[in-house]
Parts: sequence; structure tokens; C-alpha cells
Amino acid sequence: MGILNKLDNSVEQFESGNIIITSMDKLLNWSRLSSMWQMFFGLACCAIEMMATSASHYDLDRFGIIPRPSPRHVDIILISGTVTLKMATRIKRLYDEMPGPKYILSMGSCSNCGGPYWEHGYHVLKGIDRVIPVDVYVPGCPPRPEALLEGLIKLQEKIRNQSLAKHTA
Amino acid sequence: MSELRTEELTINMGPQHPSTHGVLRLVLTLNGEIVTDVKPVLGYLHRCFEKHCEAMTYPQVIPYTDRMDYLTSMNNELAYVLAAEKLLGIEIPERVEYIRVIMSELQRIASHLVAIGTYGNDAGAFTPFLYCFMDREKVLELFEMVCGARLLYNYIWVGGVSHDITPEFVTKTKEFIKYFRPRIKQVNNLLSYNKIFIERTAGIGVLPVDVAINAGCSGPTLRGSGVKYDLRKDDPYSIYDRFDFDVCVGVGERGVVGDSWNRYIVRAYEMEQSLRIIEQAIDKIPEGDVHAAVPKRVKPVAGESYVRTEAPKGELAYYIISDGSLNPYRIKARSPSFCNLSVINQISRGHMIADVVMILGSFDIVLGCIDR
Repeated sequence: MGILNKLDNSVEQFESGNIIITSMDKLLNWSRLSSMWQMFFGLACCAIEMMATSASHYDLDRFGIIPRPSPRHVDIILISGTVTLKMATRIKRLYDEMPGPKYILSMGSCSNCGGPYWEHGYHVLKGIDRVIPVDVYVPGCPPRPEALLEGLIKLQEKIRNQSLAKHTA
Repeated sequence: MSELRTEELTINMGPQHPSTHGVLRLVLTLNGEIVTDVKPVLGYLHRCFEKHCEAMTYPQVIPYTDRMDYLTSMNNELAYVLAAEKLLGIEIPERVEYIRVIMSELQRIASHLVAIGTYGNDAGAFTPFLYCFMDREKVLELFEMVCGARLLYNYIWVGGVSHDITPEFVTKTKEFIKYFRPRIKQVNNLLSYNKIFIERTAGIGVLPVDVAINAGCSGPTLRGSGVKYDLRKDDPYSIYDRFDFDVCVGVGERGVVGDSWNRYIVRAYEMEQSLRIIEQAIDKIPEGDVHAAVPKRVKPVAGESYVRTEAPKGELAYYIISDGSLNPYRIKARSPSFCNLSVINQISRGHMIADVVMILGSFDIVLGCIDR
């Protein structure tokens, strides 16, 4: 019963067999955090690091993170790169098309705050959080794959601790 | 039944689309499944390189050149730095020249690996992508060893490079060359000569030589049409005239000359040639101080300079105008991807909608380079 072992202390199992008891919260959170499907969506330099992270060397698949091309299929969206004003409206639209619960990870300085284009970039959005709500920020220009993995683990932690009672999305 | 009303359909591909290699938007006009018109819409990644340069000093511009074509940062730095040095008129130590050539050729291999991997991905083959990124990771490890960064390096400085290479780097690079030769063959077996892949790409999007030259195409896009034009041979910059290597062109081994397959295979051939250049350079590298010629203050006299180089995507050039101050008056970048993309309408017409993806992928565009 591999699955039950992963649910560890949130599950009670009767000795004789097939009945398990857990809370709805824990079951939902566990299933959400173990299959965060990601939008196949790259913006700029950080997208290359995102691709490198999902390729063989760092292997995002082991977290259950699989890239999907359509916003209707996905749970998380990684904003990976410089968001120009022209692109920001499209990102807002993609975000609106995603089914809830949905999570945003902002990757790299550009999408966190404008990055190197903060001062003179009249055409760059100074932080994606001005358009859509962000759950986790990963700093760096670009962040190393290890940093991105750490950000995703932080996001998993966040999902693990959420409750239906408080949940709004 | 002949009175059935038909109309053309306009659909939107991008800016969020897995096969547009970034945030490119294509407006396709379709007659059934046949494409009658392709209109690229640019500007989703416009980061205003030129405006930034006006406010920066010469060395401060280098990180922004990194971020233009982020797959070929070293080549971008090299082109910009060569233009700045031409303006300054300084002599560069031999060792620096050799290091720069080694770095640009390693970067060319890394860039072509991404091009090949993602092109396979476009065709529906996911495995080559994983193989290519595994090998690319090895190149990035080498870069990390010398300058600490994986993607955007700020390594090549005006007058030198930021860090000298170590003996460990030399041995690791030699190991990499030994390791990578058979891997090229493996990728070729896996993807290039795969029947399905050839069916998808051979004869698709044939680019005639006159169209390519008129549109200013360069790099593998032009060489795929059979034109033997490579600035490393035809207008040697840095120390490229000292190395023995071949200019690879598409010869119609499969399909016809100028089609997507031939544009693609030029990159696989070129990786082999890059290995040859690195091999020669690493054996001949002289001793020296890499910081010897780095000026304390980069303040060229008023004037202008233009340097063109052969980047992995094609002809990459920088035009700098100096007014004698610490900041450049104007910098213009000639990006290869922009010119290569401009032929897409002409060669996509009459193909199926799925073929547009293959044609676009065969140019190996990078949006940071197109929009700047």
C-alpha cells in the first residue's frame, strides 16, 4: 500500500484491512500537492532554466509536475521571465482561464519586481503581483534549478497546510 | 452542391503556445487545413536594449547583451566586446583570444543542443529533448567551473575575460570532447535519421537561395539552403582564421536542399566542427594574464564601429556610436533571428497547419533576440 505510506501520520488504518480514515483536508491537500500540473509556458531567460529543471538532470516529474500546454489542465503557472506590459494582459487572461485551486510561482527577478529592467524599462511590468496574486517568489537572475526546486517545495508546504474551511480560490 | 459557401479562417497561434519557442504570436489564415498567410506579431518580449544602453557605461552593457539571446550569451558578449574594443583600439592578449574562442564554441554546442532537442519536441519526440539537455548540462558545468554562472555569464569583458581558466577546466573540456563525439551519433540515430522525423520535415518549407539572401537570412538557415557562407571563414574575426574546420551546408542527404530537415541537420554537423575548433584551441593555448589589457575606464574617442560575428543562430552584429563620453551614444544590435523569421510567410504558404510548427522550429528563433 504505497499510497497509504505516503499519507503517513494523517491516515489511520484498521488492522484487518480495507478501511482507512483520514480528514478531507489532508486527503485533498495530499493529492493536490503531489500532482501539480504546470503550464507549458516560458517567457524569457528563466524559461530555459525551467526547461533544464524539467529535463533529465533535475527531473521535475518526480514531484508530479508535468507540463501541460493548455491553461484548462493546469494547477500551477510559473511566470518565468520578463513580463512586458503587452504580455501582462495575456497572462491575466491565462490566469483567468485556469480552473481553481490555482497557484502562481514567480520565477526570477524580472517577474518579482522588474529585475534589471526596473529602472529604464518603461515597457516592463514591475512585478507580476501587480496583475495576479503570487504564492511563492524565487529570486535570482536567473534562479538556479535548485532554487526553483526549493520554491516548488515551499509551494507544496503551503498547499499541505491549507484547509477547506479557509480555502478560497 | 457546388454552391457551398466557403470562407477563410483566421486563427491565432501564441503568444502562449508550446511550439512558438517563447512569446511569439502568429496570425494564421487558413483555407481548410492549408495555410494561406502567416503574419508574425512581435513585441511580447521587447526589453528595450537600446534604451538601456544609453544610460549604461560600456562594461555595464555586457549583462544586457547576455539577456538578448539567452541561449548564446557568450557569443553575444563576444560580438559586443569586439565592437567596443575596435572603438578603443586596444590589443588583446593571445590567451584571452583563445579562451574566448573556446567559450563561444562551447556555447554554440549548447545552443544547438537546445535547438535539436526542442525541434524533436515540436515533432512529438520527447526523448531526444531529454538526451540533449543531459549533454547541455555538461557544457553548463564547464561554464560554471570558470565563471560560476549557468546561463548568463558576464564572462567576456572589454579587454579580457573575468576569470582565467584552470588546468582542471582543460582536462574536463578534453573529457567532454571525448564523451560528446559518440553522443552526436546517438542523437543522429535517435532523431535525425528517424523515419517519422524525416517524413515530418523533408520537403517542408523549402527556402530558395534568392529568397534567403534577399531577406538577409544567415547561419544554419542560410546554410541549409546550400550557401557556403560562414563569417568565421568569410570574414574572420578574433582568431578564427587560425583554425581548421569545415563550413557545413545542407546537401540534400534527405529531402531537398533548403527544406526544414536540411536546416536542422546543419546544426548536428556544426557541433562536430565546434568540437574540432575547441580541440585545436585547447592544445595551442598560450600562457598570459587575462586581465592585462582590461582598461580601468572604458572611454573611447568619438567615432563608430561595426563588428559582425557568426553566432549559432546566424550573423550577429553590433553597431556602436560613441560621442567620447563614458556612455555609448547609441548601440544597435543586428539580430539573426529577426531576419530569419521574416521569410516564414513566404515559405509556409501552401503547407498544412502542422507544418508551420516544423518550419518555425527549423529557424531556431529566440524571442529575446528578435524583440531585443
